[in-house]
Amino acid sequence: MTTETIFKSKESYARKRIERWATGMLLTSACISIAITALIILSVLFESIQFFEKVPLFDFLFGLEWSPQTALRADQAGSSGSFGAVPVFMGTMLITIVAMSIATPFGIYSAIYLSEYASRKFRSRVKPILEILAGIPTVVYGYFAVTTIAPAMRGFGSAIGLDISSESALTTGLVMGIMIIPFILSLSDDVINSVPNSLRDASLALGSTKAETVTKVVLPTAFPGIVSAVLLGVSRAVGETMIVVMAAGLAANLTINPLESVTTVTVQIVTLLVGDQEFDSPKTLAAFALGLSLFVVTLILNIIALKIVKKYKEQYA
Amino acid sequence: MLNLLERFKKLQRAPKAYKKLMKRKRITNKVTASLKKRRAKETRLKAYGITAISISFLFLATLLINIVGNGYTAFFQTQIKLPIEFSENLVENDNYRKIIRNSLEEIFPDVEGRRDKKDLGNLISNGSPYVLADYIKENPEYIGKKAELWVPASSVIDMFIKGNISADADESRRKINDKQISWLNKLESSDRIKKAFNTYFFTSGDSRDPEMAGILGSFVGSLLVIISCMIVALPLGVMTAIYLEEFAPKNRLTEFIEVNIKNLAAVPSIVFGLLGLSVYLQLFGVPRSAPLAGGLTLALMALPVIVIATRTSIDAIPQSIRDGAMAVGASKLQTTVHHVLPLAMPGIMTGTILSVARVLGETAPLLMIGMVAFIVDIPQGFLDASTALPVQIYLWSDSPEMGFAEKTSAAIIVLLLFLITANALAVYLRKKFEIRW
Repeated sequence: MTTETIFKSKESYARKRIERWATGMLLTSACISIAITALIILSVLFESIQFFEKVPLFDFLFGLEWSPQTALRADQAGSSGSFGAVPVFMGTMLITIVAMSIATPFGIYSAIYLSEYASRKFRSRVKPILEILAGIPTVVYGYFAVTTIAPAMRGFGSAIGLDISSESALTTGLVMGIMIIPFILSLSDDVINSVPNSLRDASLALGSTKAETVTKVVLPTAFPGIVSAVLLGVSRAVGETMIVVMAAGLAANLTINPLESVTTVTVQIVTLLVGDQEFDSPKTLAAFALGLSLFVVTLILNIIALKIVKKYKEQYA
Repeated sequence: MLNLLERFKKLQRAPKAYKKLMKRKRITNKVTASLKKRRAKETRLKAYGITAISISFLFLATLLINIVGNGYTAFFQTQIKLPIEFSENLVENDNYRKIIRNSLEEIFPDVEGRRDKKDLGNLISNGSPYVLADYIKENPEYIGKKAELWVPASSVIDMFIKGNISADADESRRKINDKQISWLNKLESSDRIKKAFNTYFFTSGDSRDPEMAGILGSFVGSLLVIISCMIVALPLGVMTAIYLEEFAPKNRLTEFIEVNIKNLAAVPSIVFGLLGLSVYLQLFGVPRSAPLAGGLTLALMALPVIVIATRTSIDAIPQSIRDGAMAVGASKLQTTVHHVLPLAMPGIMTGTILSVARVLGETAPLLMIGMVAFIVDIPQGFLDASTALPVQIYLWSDSPEMGFAEKTSAAIIVLLLFLITANALAVYLRKKFEIRW
């Protein structure tokens, strides 16, 4: 048999058909990820549009008062409740700022120490232990925040003459910050490690100390990567739910004082949707509008972060 | 004036080498002077690093010690031994409450008055009648006979025996009165009180009574969620990864899929909950609180983790393996199924276990689809209403009863043990099957 006859044989034909069929299957499953994203956007968008038919977009984005609960009394005049999301957004921002101002320095300094100073042995022992922090479910952090950190902070506050609310943004942000440390740590550890050694050697050869090499050569080189790590950290802090549901407040206070209680987007989504609800009341739909804003913000943060990482990789690969 | 002129002349006469020496000396002086500062900076940077790491450690240690310290007592339970008479007509009428009352009267014949009798009855758990009913179901030969049985004490008594309620406090401010304490002392002196292993914690569902509440219901719920999640996510994830690594042409679509998966990995979990609520529950009509809905929702979260893990392990397989298979006439599909996939298996397993760990700890999306309810029964199937382990933790942490505080910590211990086991297994598998090319 010549090769030509083999290729024309029935067996070969069947083989090609299976091949094509399998490739099609694989492509379909790969496309499902796109379908999921589309489904998220469509479902959340659909409910949000219904919401914005009842509450104008402008009122939602720039209104200063958030009290969706009044919408329950449908028989009352002016029963629409107020859906100004600014206090909710501000609360989320406040907690995120507190969390990031803890997670960023702690994460980066730990990463610097582990990748530049620590011995191999120290690193291989310490890193997995720190990664335990990342593996602890957030509900555990929430419980710990409520039962231990909040009373401790309150006690500390009264000892130095400050009135710290037991649901303060400070407590919540603190615990959330610690949750995010290992996240920032491992991302910035990666970028610091991918800075080529030739740069370090050149700097050391010119007589600079190790610290100078780190702060003047390694960190500036790794800066885009670190920025993207921080952005991803912010996106986690914004979307974090259980810690804030358990440890932050429910009332929407418009304040920038971290000692007071504030509420967040995720807390509001949970409180609006847990329990029985009608699907077409503005109260329920408001949760989807909040969800949409959450999705958009985190998506933008992620896209920027991924772009930076990609650019950075191209530069030093 | 003269002085200056002389110095100028001297300098002019000085040899070049001398000038150079002076310059070097100036530089050396400057460097030496700054060295102290530079070294201090070095020490500072190191100190910051160590401080940051130790604070993280400290937090982790505090968290673990706190939770284990508060939670381990929940694995033990105060039980009281009662002389139980299973008289025939009471058993037939299912009046086990009366049986317990009778046996308490037998131990404390001198307790009179409605109030005192009620206080006496409150020593024993509200769940005890069910304990007796179960006992009779298993040992029907005891009907009409007498037996000495250990029944669980009520939660308040349990807390008192464990020392969480102090007897020194003012009587009006504690949940247990002086008479009850004296009865307890009497029971203790006749060896009718013991602290036993709390089997109810592992064998029963949720309960309004802390002493009878267990994690089995939520654990089974979690198991069902994980099974339904992995049935969907594992094949989809592996197939996606295979496509992207082995088959995908380099084009716009492939790039778009890749970016999509990366973004999906970073979408907040609660958004997946919103999707589950509006698509699975409203559109497809999956019953509320069903593990199936939970599993399908969490599958969306597990998918990117599995895809990324599978891709990494496929990526590590050298091209020579594929070329070898191709050279002996295997088709692309045969190469993938017979060679690439088996070699990538350890990596896929590790990724799967890690995603199971992630799914097991996830709470927020489950709140959205209503898996947060008081459910006593242990779920029997994928459509039964149920909770999950982390949701149970959330529910108990919200309960005002003191007895639930230790239960919450104990449930956290169980959850963490599962997570540690899963991660250890992943590390073990990675170490055992790791192939260095």
